Amino acid sequence: MVSSGDFCQTRRVCGVLIRIDSVTKRYPDGTVAVDRLSLDIPDRSITVLVGPSGCGKTTTLRMINRMVEPSEGTILLDGRDIMRQPVNTLRRSMGYVIQNAGLFQHRTIIDNIATVPRLLGWGKEKARERARELMGRVGLDASLAKRYPYQLSGGQQQRVGVARALAADPPVLLMDEPFSAVDPVVRKGLQDELLRIQEELGKTIVFVTHDIDEAVKLGTMVAVMRTGGRLAQFAPPAELLSEPADEFVEDFLGADRGIRRLSFFPSAGLELVTAPVVATDSTAEQIAARDTPDAPYLLVTSPDGKPLGWSEPRNLTAGEIDPAQLLSYGRPFVAGTDSLRAALDCAVLSPTGWAVAVDADGRVAGVVSQQTIAEAIRGAHKESTSEAKALR
Amino acid sequence: MSGFFDIPSDLQHSWLGLIGLHLREALLPVLAGLVLALPIAQLCVRFRWLYPPVLWVTTVLYAIPSLAFFVVLIDYTGQTELTVMIPLAVYSLVILVPAIVDGVRSVPQETLAAATAMGFGPLRRYVQVQLPIAVPAIIAGLRVAVVSSISLVSVGTLIGNQGALGNLLADSMFYHRPELAVNSVVTTAVLAIVIDALLVGLRHLLTPWMEDTAK
Ligand SMILES: Nc1ncnc2c1ncn2[C@@H]1O[C@H](COP(=O)(O)OP(=O)(O)O)[C@@H](O)[C@H]1O
Ligand SMILES: [Mg+2]
Repeated sequence: MVSSGDFCQTRRVCGVLIRIDSVTKRYPDGTVAVDRLSLDIPDRSITVLVGPSGCGKTTTLRMINRMVEPSEGTILLDGRDIMRQPVNTLRRSMGYVIQNAGLFQHRTIIDNIATVPRLLGWGKEKARERARELMGRVGLDASLAKRYPYQLSGGQQQRVGVARALAADPPVLLMDEPFSAVDPVVRKGLQDELLRIQEELGKTIVFVTHDIDEAVKLGTMVAVMRTGGRLAQFAPPAELLSEPADEFVEDFLGADRGIRRLSFFPSAGLELVTAPVVATDSTAEQIAARDTPDAPYLLVTSPDGKPLGWSEPRNLTAGEIDPAQLLSYGRPFVAGTDSLRAALDCAVLSPTGWAVAVDADGRVAGVVSQQTIAEAIRGAHKESTSEAKALR
Repeated sequence: MSGFFDIPSDLQHSWLGLIGLHLREALLPVLAGLVLALPIAQLCVRFRWLYPPVLWVTTVLYAIPSLAFFVVLIDYTGQTELTVMIPLAVYSLVILVPAIVDGVRSVPQETLAAATAMGFGPLRRYVQVQLPIAVPAIIAGLRVAVVSSISLVSVGTLIGNQGALGNLLADSMFYHRPELAVNSVVTTAVLAIVIDALLVGLRHLLTPWMEDTAK
């Protein structure tokens, strides 16, 4: 067990906000939904509970705000036993977001969001002002304020759910499969938004999902649970992917965990080359000079540096380059920002086997071959293994 | 020849007076039924085991003919409006309790969970979340209760002319004036239709949050 000081350094988060200590939940019908679960949920970060359906994720989450009472064990919030706090005060200090949002269908969007501030005794105008502010924060247009939930799309409703949970500025957010019922494109938007909100507001978020990809994407820490309500592994996502604790976790992670793990390696160290890059306004000499044996293809860019496509050097005549004749360059990755996974994906999709790196403005920063990427991957693996050893 | 709207003097009311009387005798019991049904329904929702016996009792009450009620009540409340209104209140209660319980139970689980998680106590949750969402079901129940109440008031003619517009039926035979019977039936029907339309309007007013297609 790492002490909280180490925790700060190695995980870049500080302290434990919620301590779940050997908690068991036995329902009246005898079902053991959670079995001696212990979990230290770090402050100001996203902790994901993930596992197959029925493994006790919802039960665990609901024990934190006392919608379900533990049969055994204790839960501490900031060092204090939650059972000793007035239940409604406890709940109002924790935002709760669920699948399908659970909005009040009889209240307007703005009044939905203002619910908890109103319960806390805020005046109507102050609560609505706060609600308006939150609509902006979660990316909802102000014109939706007076609408009713049925007039919103699923994704918009879910944003309202998040805004409602944030309204009274609670330190903790509990989220139970909040994005499971929306389509993949909207889901990705909501996930990105959540990461941004978490960055801005520094909430402690406990997030339940059955989707391991979502867990890996969002979690600072990921708790994998197995059927019977037992903890299988609790680790940062990169560690989960590189060192699954057992076969169950390995199976649950799926077949391509090696590829997915690359998401955690930055592309910053990749050595980019600019030699095989020419612009449409390059001269014949420039093109000839770029024609080296290492690069059988040249990447053609527009005069302002945007990628256009690949071509064999002998097919290029200065001044007469036709963008329509070029080979597609696939999907570029953003140098430094994107991960090795994006770089590799880009190289695999490229017909020439070379990935195109661009800067934040979409101008070509250089190109990189599959071989170079493969070497970078090997290097990253070595580094992370030695880091993991040093941690033990 | 006396006209359609000439009401025999033994009824002591004009035509409009009879309508007012009829509405009072029909609507007050529905109101009383509603006031009683709300807490009973909440208890039935909170304590699930309570609902079957309550349903059983109300069904038995509903099966008692109004005449039997009158016979029993007349010893206590005499030949008064109250004797007519008490059974009507009971019938309303019988219609409204299941309507409210079903309406309240139709509130989605997620909505309830969200309310609980935000720190709504049971009473606040019932009044601020469950009841408003049950409004369409409650008003559907009210429509049935009101229409049956309006038609049942006429039976009150059997206990000392307490049947409002229904009294015209008895007078129609007594004075051999069939137009009084037509008046009674048509006026009662129109009243029922008008009040029903008002309730539909009320529901539209109270539920701007419902999709139009569902209305
Ligand atoms: N109220 C309840 N009574 C009895 N069993 C329950 C109840 N709620 C959940 N369970 C059971 O507990 C287990 C865990 O449920 P849950 O926490 O909802 O799992 P998850 O959210 O991971 O799908 C399941 O086997 C479920 O059937
Ligand atoms: Mg669940």
